[in-house]
Amino acid sequence: MKYAALALLAAAPLLGMGNYPLHLLIMCVLWGYVYTSWSVMGRLGMVSFGHGAFMGIGAYVVVMAWNHYGLSPWIGAPIALVLTAIVALLIGYPCFRFKIVGHYFALVTLALSEVTRLIIVALRDQTGGSLGVTPNTALAETSYSLGALQFSSKLVWFYVILAFWLGGLWIWKKVDESMGRLALEAISQEEDAAASIGINVTRLKLRVTLISALMTCMGGVLYAQYQAYVNPETVSGIGISLQMVFGAIAGGMFVRLGPTVGAVFTLLLAEGLRLWFGNLYHGLDLTVYGLMLVLFIIYMPKGILGAATQAWEKRRGGVARAA
Amino acid sequence: MLTLENVSAGYGSFQVLFGVSLEVKAGESVAVIGPNGAGKTTLLRVISKLIDATAGEIRMEGRSLNAVPAHEVIGLGIAQVPENRRLFPRLSIEDNLKMGAYLPAARARFAERLEMVFALFPRMKERHAQLAGTLSGGEQQMCAIGRALMSGPKLLLLDEPSAGLAPVVVQAIFEVVRKMSAEGYTVLIVEQNVRQVLKVVNRAYLLETGRIKSSGSAAELLNSSEIRKAYLGI
Repeated sequence: MKYAALALLAAAPLLGMGNYPLHLLIMCVLWGYVYTSWSVMGRLGMVSFGHGAFMGIGAYVVVMAWNHYGLSPWIGAPIALVLTAIVALLIGYPCFRFKIVGHYFALVTLALSEVTRLIIVALRDQTGGSLGVTPNTALAETSYSLGALQFSSKLVWFYVILAFWLGGLWIWKKVDESMGRLALEAISQEEDAAASIGINVTRLKLRVTLISALMTCMGGVLYAQYQAYVNPETVSGIGISLQMVFGAIAGGMFVRLGPTVGAVFTLLLAEGLRLWFGNLYHGLDLTVYGLMLVLFIIYMPKGILGAATQAWEKRRGGVARAA
Repeated sequence: MLTLENVSAGYGSFQVLFGVSLEVKAGESVAVIGPNGAGKTTLLRVISKLIDATAGEIRMEGRSLNAVPAHEVIGLGIAQVPENRRLFPRLSIEDNLKMGAYLPAARARFAERLEMVFALFPRMKERHAQLAGTLSGGEQQMCAIGRALMSGPKLLLLDEPSAGLAPVVVQAIFEVVRKMSAEGYTVLIVEQNVRQVLKVVNRAYLLETGRIKSSGSAAELLNSSEIRKAYLGI
């Protein structure tokens, strides 16, 4: 069943899909991967509003390395990952060491994502500022360049991103199966008690933050290479960070496919709003996001998939009891 | 086993403990009694390293705890039952107990100790799959004690186990404490319920405004006129 659904998803683009639906599908999987990355830590009580920073680092570092130094993304991506790890540790260590949790943690990370956006804008001579930047094309005479990680075929991108998405789900499962999972749950519920039973709170939190940040950074790399255009608003800053939080909550961050469902939902919502209202009301999608975030938190705190799973289990349980 | 020498501690510029010295010998059960705000909970927090001592020294079996971080205290054999239980409310009883055996050494003996805890608290076995947050106060206290026992501690710290419980439940909890010290556990218990706790421990210290005011065997303190007047109302 699981594999059949996966095979169907993998085969879908081969069944003669138009360019636009394929693009939408790729974006769903890409954002599904990014939201999954966010939820790896978000579901354990570490709600970050700063993941735009990690995504921004991923996207901009590869493009800058390629445009200014001629470094292939194969080198740029590791540099971005190292930078992300440093930033994550610099933010994470003091927060976890001094027990900055909950709302305060969210505030610290909120600042992080905005600072990253402002730095990108401020370095406009290198980054193109708020106009964004396009990686120099390597596809002038060929349809693909492995060295530049540029492919004109959307199909290639679909499979690359699908692989990352599957990898993200695999990491989620690995985190779940480790003893650390229960420990992290314990930390999020009673931090002092967790320390008293021997859990190294700071180290465990840092570890999961690193995993989440590095995954998100790779999301930025993929986004930049696939779109061949990055803009500070679309890969960093509060807007994108908020979108990750909203997507994960809407889809359900406590179930493995929840964030992906959230990605499909937010993308369709954004596209739908664009179709209905055009570009007439700029920023309307963000307003609707905010409103729906409130509604979701009040009426469906477990998200779409979380609530659906619960309802399904309840119904099955009811049937079993009746029978 | 555990020695405190002139330990001072507090929160920021607010000092709570002023040169507290006390000792718990192996196999003994010792109570620290005193009124609200005397610094009893702070005393346990400083032993379990959730806060640092500003002066003085804490030693466990001769080893100084001063440079030990909070998560390594349990590895030295000190397990804490914190004030207000501090269970993991959205984990089941069994998972709470499992977390008590988090350290690799304890994990290896998980099954055996689980049996022991279930034997001590049959109610925990009945409800092993229930979320800890949904238990009654007394059951939560049992679960918290069970969680601490899962690590196989040498020394058990109990912080106000009777707080917020019905009198009949309080008696049951103290019965457990008595049973544990009879079985050879070393126990340091902090309590306001002076009359009850003095019935189950060997020795006690009286802590007032962050200073040890007097100490002695449980019987001595029960009979001292100072304690009788101030705490027992006789």
